[in-house]
Amino acid sequence: MTFRLFARRPALTYDMLNQRQLTLLKFRKHKLAVAAGFLLAGLYVMAIFSPFFAPYGKYERNLDYIYCPPQKLGFNWEKGLYARGLKRAVDPVTLNSRYVDAPENDAPLGFFVKGKPYRLWGIIPSERHFFGVDPERIPDFRPGDEARYVYFLAGADKFGCDIWSRIVQGSTISLSVGLVGVFLSFLFGVVIGGISGYCGGAVDTAIQRVIEIINSFPQLPMWLALAAAVPSDWGPLETYFAITVTLSLLSWTGLARVVRGKILSLREEDYAVAARLLGASHPRILFRHLLPAFASHIIVTLTLTVPGMILGETSLSFLGLGLRPPVVSWGVMLQDCMNVKAVIDYPWLLAPVLMLVFAVLCFNFLGDGLRDAADPYASK
Amino acid sequence: MNIYNINDFNGSAANPPLLAVRDLCKYFPIRSQGLIRRRIGDVKAVDHVSFDLRRNETLGLVGESGCGKSTTVRTILRALDFTSGHAYFDPEGDGRYIDFGELTARELVPLRRAAQMIFQDPFSSLNPRMTVGGIVAEPLVIHGLARGKALEKRVDEILVKVGLRPEYKTRYPHAFSGGQRQRIGIARALVMNPKFVVADEAVSALDVSVQAQVINLLDDLKREMGLSYIFVAHDLGVVRHICDRVAVMYAGRIVELAPTEELFERPLHPYTRLLLGSAPIPDPDRRTLPPNPGEVADAGNLPAGCAFAPRCPHATAACRAERPELRPAGTDHLSACPRMGE
Ligand SMILES: Nc1ncnc2c1ncn2[C@@H]1O[C@H](COP(=O)(O)OP(=O)(O)OP(=O)(O)O)[C@@H](O)[C@H]1O
Ligand code: SF4
Ligand SMILES: [Mg+2]
Repeated sequence: MTFRLFARRPALTYDMLNQRQLTLLKFRKHKLAVAAGFLLAGLYVMAIFSPFFAPYGKYERNLDYIYCPPQKLGFNWEKGLYARGLKRAVDPVTLNSRYVDAPENDAPLGFFVKGKPYRLWGIIPSERHFFGVDPERIPDFRPGDEARYVYFLAGADKFGCDIWSRIVQGSTISLSVGLVGVFLSFLFGVVIGGISGYCGGAVDTAIQRVIEIINSFPQLPMWLALAAAVPSDWGPLETYFAITVTLSLLSWTGLARVVRGKILSLREEDYAVAARLLGASHPRILFRHLLPAFASHIIVTLTLTVPGMILGETSLSFLGLGLRPPVVSWGVMLQDCMNVKAVIDYPWLLAPVLMLVFAVLCFNFLGDGLRDAADPYASK
Repeated sequence: MNIYNINDFNGSAANPPLLAVRDLCKYFPIRSQGLIRRRIGDVKAVDHVSFDLRRNETLGLVGESGCGKSTTVRTILRALDFTSGHAYFDPEGDGRYIDFGELTARELVPLRRAAQMIFQDPFSSLNPRMTVGGIVAEPLVIHGLARGKALEKRVDEILVKVGLRPEYKTRYPHAFSGGQRQRIGIARALVMNPKFVVADEAVSALDVSVQAQVINLLDDLKREMGLSYIFVAHDLGVVRHICDRVAVMYAGRIVELAPTEELFERPLHPYTRLLLGSAPIPDPDRRTLPPNPGEVADAGNLPAGCAFAPRCPHATAACRAERPELRPAGTDHLSACPRMGE
C-alpha cells in the first residue's frame, strides 16, 4: 500500500490503520525528525552524485589560491550572482601573503554550469556541475582562465584545492562508512542477539558476558589497537573495509541487547505460543511473528548507531590510523588541522567539522523521531 | 512414533477416550541465586494428574489461581515439555493413540491439526501486525491445507461460522472488541477442523453479556463440528452451564472429578465444597458465609500428606502422613479425600 508522507487523506480512524500507517502518522508529527530525514536524504543524494555536486575535482589544485579564504558572494544586475574576486598580495612589511579584493576576478556563478569533465561513478562522462563559476557569462573567456575565475565557498587548502568540493566528495566515504558499518553490526547484532534470546540458558549467559566485556573497553584505544593492526601497505579499498569492520566489531552490542531482550520477552507472548501450537516452524515464528514486532526498534537502534560510526571513521583517519591521503574523507581532510597554527590562520580548514556535526545531529534527530514513532500502540 | 491402543493405558473400552492423561507431571526448577544457579527444588505445578477426555465431551477444569490449570493444558499440548507422564491422544478417531509426551517437535506438527487451543487474553493472543484474514488463514498455510480461492473460501466460511463478517478479513485485530477478537481466536483454532480444543479461560477476559454469547457459540460449534473441549475456568456458573464433567484441581493435583450436576449437588472433597461455597451466589437469600479460605497453596513448598490439610476442617493425622490418591467414590465420581463421602 502506498502512503504519501504529506498527502491529505480522508479522515481515517485509528482502528482502520495498520502498524506502518500508525507509525508514519506519529513520525510525521515529529517535525524536527522529518526535517532531519529530508536533510539526510539530501546529503546522501549529494554523496552519491558527488562529482556533479562538487564544483571542482577533489585533486584539482590551483596554486594561485593556496589557503584562499571563503569567498563572499555579490549580486548586481550586470554580473548577476557572482563570487567576489580575490588575489594574493604580499604584505610589504611582514612578507606574509594575504588575499585582497580583486574586482577583475569577480566570477559569475550559475547552476548546471560547464566545468571540468568527469566520469560519474567512473562510467558516465559529463562536464556539468550543479553549481559553480559560469564561464559562458564571462566576456572573452579564454581556455586557462578557469584558474583565474574561481569560487571557493569554504576556502582552499594548502594546495589550493577547493575545500567544499573535497567535503562533498569526501562525504561519499565518510557517510557510507556509517551505512556499511551499520549493515555489518546489524548482521552481528541480530544473529548473536537472536541466538542469545532464542536459546537462552548457558549460551545466553556466555554471550551476555562477552558483550559486557566488549562494552567495558574504552572505545578509542580499542579502535586504535584494531586499526593499528591493519597493514599499512593495504590499498584504500582494503583499508576502508578494515575500518568499517573495526567500527562494527565494537558497535553491534547495543543492537544485540535490544534483539535479545525483545525475543526473550516476546517468545512467551501468547501469539508466539499460539503460532507454535499451530505448528509454525522456528523460522516462521521468528521472522513472521517475533521480528516484525520490533523491526522498528532495530531501525531506531541502527539509526542511532550510524553517527558513532561516522565519528569513528573521522577520528581514526584524523589520527592517521584510518584512511590516508590520497583518499578523501572528512577525517583525512582534518589531518590538515593537526597544526594549531594552520587552524588559527586558516580556520576554514575546520569546515568538515561543521558537516560532521550537521550529519550527526540529523541522524540523532531522525533516530529520536523514529524511536517515538516506533511504538504506535504505546500511547495514542 | 509409537502407536498405542486402549489397553496400553487401561482406558475404558466401552467408551474409548479421545485423550487419556496419565500421571502427567510438570515441575519448574527453583534455582539458587548467584553465579552458579543450582537447582534447589521444584515447583510442582502439575503433579501426577490423570484423567480421560471423552468424545464430544466438555471437561471443565477448575481451581484457584496458581493451582496449575494452565500448566496442565499447556503441557498436554506441548507448549511446555513434559517432566514425566503421558497424554494419549487419538487424532484419527480409529483407536490408534499417540503419546504427546514422547513426540519430537517434527512429529508434533501434523498433530496440531487435530488439537488446538483458544487463549484467555484476546488482546495478546493475536499478532497485531497481521490482518484477520492472515491470522485465520495461517494454520491452513502452515499445513498446506488450502491455497488461493479455496483458502479464501475456507476462511470466509469459518468467519461466518464464528459470527464475523468475511469483509473483516482485511482489518487488523485492534479494530475489534474483546468479544470479536475472541471469535477471531476461535476461528483460528477451528479452521483446521480439530478434534480436541483447549479453551484456557476463553471467556474470563470478556464482559458478562459477551461471555454468554461466546459460550453459546462454543457450545454450538461443539455440536456442529463434533469437538471435545477442555474448558479451563474460574467462573463456576459458566462451568455448570457448559461442562459435561468437571475436574477440580488443587496444588497441582486433581482432587475431584465428577459429572457436572453430581459435582455441584454432591461435592465430596472438602476443597470442592470450599470452592462451591465461596463462589458468589446470585440469590441473596441463599447466601452462606464462606468458610475461612486460609492461605493459597504454595506449589513450591507443599506438605507431605494431603496438600489441602492445612486448610481442611476435617484433617486428621492420617491426612498429614500420607497423600490420598484419586479414588472412585460413586458412579463416575472420583475424589481424593478418603475421609469424606464413603
Ligand atoms: N514458567 C514457569 N516457571 C516457574 N513457575 C511457573 C511457570 N509457569 C507457572 N509456574 C507456577 O506454576 C503454578 C501453576 O501456574 P498456572 O499458570 O498453571 O496456574 P493457573 O491454575 O492457570 O492459574 P490462573 O488461574 O491464575 O491462570 C504457579 O504456582 C506458577 O507460579
Ligand atoms: S484427605 Fe484429609 S486433609 Fe485432605 S481433604 Fe480429605 S479430610 Fe481434608
Ligand atoms: Mg491460567
